[in-house]
Amino acid sequence: MASHAAAALHSASGADAGHQNGHEHHHYTTTGLDNRKIAIWAFLGSECMLFASLISTYLIYKGKSIVGPYPTTEWVNEAGKVFKPILDIPTTSASTAVLLMSSFAMVLALQAVQLKGKEIAATASWWERIQRSSQFWLAATAFLGATFLGFQAYEFTSFVHEGLTLKTNLFGSTFFTLTGFHGAHVTVGVLWLMSLLWIDRTRGLGPKDELVVDICALYWHFVDVVWIVIFTLVYLIS
Amino acid sequence: MSDDAKHATETHHPTGNQYLKIAIILTVITAIEVWAYYIPALVASPLFNPALIIMSALKFAIVVLYYMHIKFDHSLFRLLFTASLILAMCTGTALMFLFGVFKL
Amino acid sequence: MATIAAPTQAGKPDAYSNTTGIWSWIATTDHKRIGTLYLWTALFFFLVGGLEAVIIRTQLMRPNMGFVSADTYNQLFTMHGTTMVFLAIMPLSAAFFNFLIPLQIGARDVAFPRLNAFSYWVYLLGGIFLTVPILFHVAPNGGWFGYAPLTSNQFSPGNNIDFWVIGLQVLGVSSLAAAFNFITTIINMRAPGMTLMRMPMFTWMSFVVQFLLILAFPPITVALVFLIMDRFFGTTFYAIAAGADPLLWQHLFWVFGHPEVYILILPAFGLVSEILPTFSKKPLFGYNVMVYSGIMIGFLGFGVWAHHMFAVGMGAVADTIFSMMTMLIAIPTGVKIFNWIATMWAGEIRFTVAMKFAIALIGMFTIGGISGVMHSSPPADLQQTDTYFIVAHFHYVLFGGSIMGILGGIYFYFPKMTGRFMDERLGNWHFWGTFVGMNLTFFPMHFSGLYGMPRRVYRYDAGQGWDLFNLMSTYGTYLIAVSTLFFVWNFVRSRTRGAVAGSDPWGAGTLEWSIPSPPPEYNFAQLPEVSSRYPLWDLKDPAKTAGIDHSHADAMTITDAHAVPVHEETERFTAKELGIPMPLPTAKPLFTAVGLMTMFSGLPFLRNDMFAVAMTLTIGGACMLIGGLYAWLTSPLE
Ligand code: HEM
Ligand SMILES: [Cu+2]
Repeated sequence: MASHAAAALHSASGADAGHQNGHEHHHYTTTGLDNRKIAIWAFLGSECMLFASLISTYLIYKGKSIVGPYPTTEWVNEAGKVFKPILDIPTTSASTAVLLMSSFAMVLALQAVQLKGKEIAATASWWERIQRSSQFWLAATAFLGATFLGFQAYEFTSFVHEGLTLKTNLFGSTFFTLTGFHGAHVTVGVLWLMSLLWIDRTRGLGPKDELVVDICALYWHFVDVVWIVIFTLVYLIS
Repeated sequence: MSDDAKHATETHHPTGNQYLKIAIILTVITAIEVWAYYIPALVASPLFNPALIIMSALKFAIVVLYYMHIKFDHSLFRLLFTASLILAMCTGTALMFLFGVFKL
Repeated sequence: MATIAAPTQAGKPDAYSNTTGIWSWIATTDHKRIGTLYLWTALFFFLVGGLEAVIIRTQLMRPNMGFVSADTYNQLFTMHGTTMVFLAIMPLSAAFFNFLIPLQIGARDVAFPRLNAFSYWVYLLGGIFLTVPILFHVAPNGGWFGYAPLTSNQFSPGNNIDFWVIGLQVLGVSSLAAAFNFITTIINMRAPGMTLMRMPMFTWMSFVVQFLLILAFPPITVALVFLIMDRFFGTTFYAIAAGADPLLWQHLFWVFGHPEVYILILPAFGLVSEILPTFSKKPLFGYNVMVYSGIMIGFLGFGVWAHHMFAVGMGAVADTIFSMMTMLIAIPTGVKIFNWIATMWAGEIRFTVAMKFAIALIGMFTIGGISGVMHSSPPADLQQTDTYFIVAHFHYVLFGGSIMGILGGIYFYFPKMTGRFMDERLGNWHFWGTFVGMNLTFFPMHFSGLYGMPRRVYRYDAGQGWDLFNLMSTYGTYLIAVSTLFFVWNFVRSRTRGAVAGSDPWGAGTLEWSIPSPPPEYNFAQLPEVSSRYPLWDLKDPAKTAGIDHSHADAMTITDAHAVPVHEETERFTAKELGIPMPLPTAKPLFTAVGLMTMFSGLPFLRNDMFAVAMTLTIGGACMLIGGLYAWLTSPLE
């Protein structure tokens, strides 16, 4: 054991009692909240400023492009041919719905992790049963997120075919950068979800991991919320 | 103390079926937005943009309040996020004014 | 278990723990060591920036000098500004955040020790990336604010600006990561009883700064992303010919830029708010008001950015609003100045070097504040903008304010960091040289500016009434440079040969002075339980704090079983002896930081048609970054 005085300090503090009993050590925190959760909320606050700057720039440059294609108005090329506005509302509505659904899957994933280990009645319906499968919902969230990315890839390629690239005009620059930034966030989210899924499959996620899943969920919903704003301000508004 | 806090929130958390209802509400609002977009008379109305923005803000609020359970969580999170969000919206709006996006 | 050596003698300055050697620094996760790394690195960059200033001033000493070419001059003033802001003052503040915040709030470390190491390494690598090009004469040359479209490909086709955009982008990652860390630390790692309104003023001001960081860096990140896209991928964000608005960059930059100046000054305000009470033997006057005015400054700081743009013609409405907001922000700033004076009023003042620097801050910053209010009026500003008058203004606030405060902080906290005093005699030489030198340098600039001398010119003709003022400024700079040598000598020498300092060498009142100097790796053997703003004065000299609030009834007070009332710790043990779990040393944050830097450093090769090199670096760096993150996040902290 430690020296005399150290031992005295030791027992006075009682700090190691938990350790020696093999308990997981819990650090003292002022608010009783977990550090990571405070950090993620601060991070999301910062992200608000990031997307506010991006979206404002998009709106500031809206209608300032000198050459087509234009997002919401018809345009004419040098040869005098008239083109429709380039934004594809039906397809994007579908991808928006997909992202909204992924948020729904995400809350159920978190709920399933929280309820892991709790008994379930023998008479439970399939809906009640499936709600208990964290792997199903994590996979569903990741899958829907990937589907959204698929839609985005489709949108980007079809725009390029119609003659809109990053370099074409201000619309192209702002549009691809804004939605690309959002897409990058979705990509990070999908990787994060797949990592969680992998952990769930290897060692199983339970109520003690609630926080880890919660943080990912907060990020994921935030990315969804940003899309809600982008969909309205970029695609629908005139 | 942290356990108390946890219990308090757990009891208030929505259940799976409530989450489902929220998802349906969100989908319906989105459907209304897209529907409105295809009615020329509505698009021509001066209320079109404000209405769309309100609907989008509503969806935003629902997701943040319920899916991100900020409504049930520690008030610190609400403070952190709302303060940043308000600042971001003010800055963005001020920038758009400065660049003449809105006409006074 | 094994027997343990006798406890380390208190007051014997034996570095931070028994581990030494280069690896112990590379893999460290101890906030005090990271603070030390920040301090050394930032002081190095401070000297680099200072050397650049000396060359600039030599070129401007007399009319039509030919000491350096116009191109070199552009690189020098750009790098001087960029270095001082991003590589010297901000990281010097970060050194104090790291070293002090956990000690002041009674914590054993920051909330995320490894993220903290990551922030430092990213800063170091970004700093090197930004600085090395000047040795090859390809340094950034577009001014510290890098106005686009000047910095777009059309007008800056070389690699110079590449280093600037990428460097700043990378440094932003470092600042943001650190800010999330400190926000969490201050909210959540305070010792029992350390309520928000009992936090030392330095911690409070740092707290405000972290919010400024997380909210002000995103706009510049976006502006830089646009510039990177324009420069490397052919977008048109800043291409006027494609319809872009020439003010986009300016607005986004200054939305960041003005909060940034408060990021630079508030930590120094915090430091002097620790120094003044200690050497006046009185609690800080008007603590609450100091807190609220700090928050107010931070808040208003987001609403004044366009005062940097009065000359662009924003129109009467915008000019008026921003002018009023700017005048408004001078109020909470003035409040602070009066509170400091009132703190000293009728105090038992001891004029140590640290105290002299603190008092100098009050005076010099006030001069800078007054010239600030002068150009908050658009008609006045139209005369002053882009002249040396502006240079005088921001050097009075940045040198007279931030640097004075930080230097005072170094003299004040050196004994806590090393266990030894800095030499007061050399310190006095340093102080007086710096004080006289800075006034000789910057005061004449008010006049050369009002006589019409523009900023950022590399030479000027004789006979315009500027000659004498420029000569004075240059001699002042030399005086600062010489006195800085006294500082460097003092700093380096005192580490090993300074007089030994005890745990509380100045008779200060806050928590960090209750533990040995230098503090043991775990900081506090037991978590202290705090019941007032100056717990150590309560203990040693209750009369001093009789007048301030000691309420115990507070919702945020959570008593913890491990906590004991504040006492002065004199004995030293190792963390193992006390059974305190410490974060494990790890080099993963460094590895991840190298990945990040490598990833970004691929970009400049795109311009030089070295596509393969660019891809290799970018993809290789990205793999390192992701791999490093996974390895880091899946390994246990302690
Ligand atoms: C009393 C508060 C202050 C007021 C009213 C004020 C006002 C101003 C104004 C109006 C300008 C623009 C001048 C021009 O370019 O024409 C300016 C420039 C500047 N101020 Fe201040 N200021 C204040 C405090 C500070 C502080 C605390 C700092 C930094 C620690 C600071 C740093 C700067 C810098 C660096 C610039 C020049 C930026 C550049 O053009 O490179 N100011 N200030
Ligand atoms: Cu300013």
